[in-house]
Amino acid sequence: MKNMKIYLGIGIFAIAGFLLVAADHIDAPAVSGGTSDVTDFYAFQGEDTDNVVFVANLQGLLAPGSTDAATFDENVLIEFNIDTDQDNVEDLVIQAIPRDGKMYFFGPVAPSITGLNSSIMTSATQSSVDISTRMTPVLEQNAGMKFFAGPRDDPFFMDFAQYSDIIAGNATGFDNPGSDTFQGTNVLSIVVEVPKSMVGGSGTVNTWVESKRKQ
Amino acid sequence: MKIINIKYLIMTLALAAISFNCSNDDDFTPPNNGGGNNEPDFSGVYAQQDQMGRPAVNTVFVSSGSKNMFNTTIPTQQNAAFQSMFQTNLEALSPAFANPGDMNALGQDSAAFTTLLATDVLNLSLDGETTFYNPNSGALLTGRALTDDVITVELLLIFGGEDFTENPTLSNDNVDANDKPFLTSFPYLASPW
Repeated sequence: MKNMKIYLGIGIFAIAGFLLVAADHIDAPAVSGGTSDVTDFYAFQGEDTDNVVFVANLQGLLAPGSTDAATFDENVLIEFNIDTDQDNVEDLVIQAIPRDGKMYFFGPVAPSITGLNSSIMTSATQSSVDISTRMTPVLEQNAGMKFFAGPRDDPFFMDFAQYSDIIAGNATGFDNPGSDTFQGTNVLSIVVEVPKSMVGGSGTVNTWVESKRKQ
Repeated sequence: MKIINIKYLIMTLALAAISFNCSNDDDFTPPNNGGGNNEPDFSGVYAQQDQMGRPAVNTVFVSSGSKNMFNTTIPTQQNAAFQSMFQTNLEALSPAFANPGDMNALGQDSAAFTTLLATDVLNLSLDGETTFYNPNSGALLTGRALTDDVITVELLLIFGGEDFTENPTLSNDNVDANDKPFLTSFPYLASPW
């Protein structure tokens, strides 16, 4: 136990400012709590097993009362990246950007350039969905794909408060049962379901999500 | 006098409301090139601010002064830039990696584990089950499903040692499921609160 405290103490110095909120919630000063702060990323097989689903969540820890006031930023592009040949460079992207109450989607498409800077691939398949309100979800389909953008319950769950206490040296372990710090909070979600045939077909792909701000 | 005051008040409020509406249309999108085309403007260059592959990697393993840099380092450069930092932080954080030769339940020592994590991309199988880890099927890192208890999986890999039995009070947060059930159909995430 003494050793553990010492190790945890070292951990605090090594990782000061550690794990403010987990998954990727509020992960870095430049994006913390802002409109480009990606809180979470999911990728999984759809209800139709010929499809996969990508989820990007933004602006976490929204109380129900402040959810209606949270909006997607028209200067922030959300880009799902798909590497189909295992070199960790994106071969395909799905881009999402809001304009005037709609979320527009482009792709999946090979990007004109890879890396830190993007332009919107307006020549790719274009889709859009009305951005949902808290009480009225809107779903859209186009070209075999499904689209949603708007507030949802934050799907992330963790006893983050107790973890913080452990790291701070105020507790030596988790409680049982734990307490979900994210209970009763919302996020802004972008959900896209696409046929597997559009993102590599078979095998394993590497995926990640990026937020990019207009320069 | 009172009535006049109220009239002025209402008029002022009405004017204020109108001006407010006019100036607050921050999502107004002007037509392209003035050519009578009402398509939204998608021009310009967008520069990266945040990125994420696997859950909690940046928050747990990146030292506070480097978090912005991690978010703007492309995956092909992340291993060279961050693996040694991850290893240092992991060994400092977890008693299960404090001694030479310590491994997690995947048989990875701190170097191998942090090499896996430093390139922050989420593997996604297009051939079947997609899960961060399913102890029943044994599927590992084939995606991330909404129901996956990713934090407990990561705590086990960080603190649980070679057979998931070390540091039991640190290797499970005992929050095993979401606060609302997920949907079986699109958009899968539960309705907002």
